[in-house]
Amino acid sequence: MSVAEPRLVEVRRNVLKQNDLIARELRESYRQAGMTVVSLVSSPGSGKTAFLEKTLTLLQPRYRVAALVGDLATENDAGRLARSRAPVKQIVTGTVCHLDASMVRNALEGWLPAPLDFLFIENVGNLVCPSSYDLGEDLRLVLLSVTEGEDKPLKYPTIFNTADVAVITKTDLAEAVEFDAPLCERNIQSVRPGMRVLHLSAKKGSGMDSWLDLLASLRAGKAAGRSGE
Amino acid sequence: MHELSIAISIVDAAAEEAQQRNARVQAVHLRLGRLAGVVKDALLASYDIAAAGTALEGSKLLIEEVPVVAYCPKCEARRAVNSEEWFICAECRSPISEILEGKELEVFALEVE
Repeated sequence: MSVAEPRLVEVRRNVLKQNDLIARELRESYRQAGMTVVSLVSSPGSGKTAFLEKTLTLLQPRYRVAALVGDLATENDAGRLARSRAPVKQIVTGTVCHLDASMVRNALEGWLPAPLDFLFIENVGNLVCPSSYDLGEDLRLVLLSVTEGEDKPLKYPTIFNTADVAVITKTDLAEAVEFDAPLCERNIQSVRPGMRVLHLSAKKGSGMDSWLDLLASLRAGKAAGRSGE
Repeated sequence: MHELSIAISIVDAAAEEAQQRNARVQAVHLRLGRLAGVVKDALLASYDIAAAGTALEGSKLLIEEVPVVAYCPKCEARRAVNSEEWFICAECRSPISEILEGKELEVFALEVE
């Protein structure tokens, strides 16, 4: 065989292996700490921060909660979330359009003073890039506001396919923008059959009950999983 | 646009595999799922930039796109999903959600000398 002859060697290596390994470590560390981790993805301006601020405020009487917030440049979101009086840390990503597992790991290192029940991770506003990166979370939400249009799921099927639950936000504006909720729901079911969909308004508080119920059952399920091992 | 960081990860992974084999890479064969969240053209455009100045400089990126395959409970079989916008079985047209293939982002093989 000639030395210069090219040959094909099979390597079968996952490109995001490094991220997936860190995500696995994170998942294990969340489990050991008894912490339920929920991440949020959406386009910019869909109401992630308002939704999270409301969620943190409503959970605090009963649960220990904190949030990590990814953003390109400013720390405004962390400032808004701090009004809930929950511990909040900003991850400024610079020009990076998504959070990856190592950014989450670095942000958590030496940060959380006490054990938590819930940790929320708000991803950078982007419906494309975050879909590729596992953060070790237990539940991934994709948010969609009524002002964005009913066809968003059809335009970004991949993010809907990597999320667990869809949340339609700003429903208090639905009438003003003539939002067609059944159509939006059909589009979500079209790209992700069987996906659970919540409709809510963080501003008015409507629909937040079923969201809090979902969190409580997620937590109960996780606790049951732990004791069952 | 995260394709550049993905391209850098591909170059890193391929360089590591090549080094272990003491080989020089001419081409990287990548399997890219339609649901991987990565745009093929943007990835190709990023590859040369990612490879520049590394052991993989001048190598080619060859992308094989992997279509979406899911398990259809009605057919009780693996079935193609022809549109990401409409997640239905290509045979019986019932909604299906258990994805078996289509999320791949994998350096499958290296052409080395």
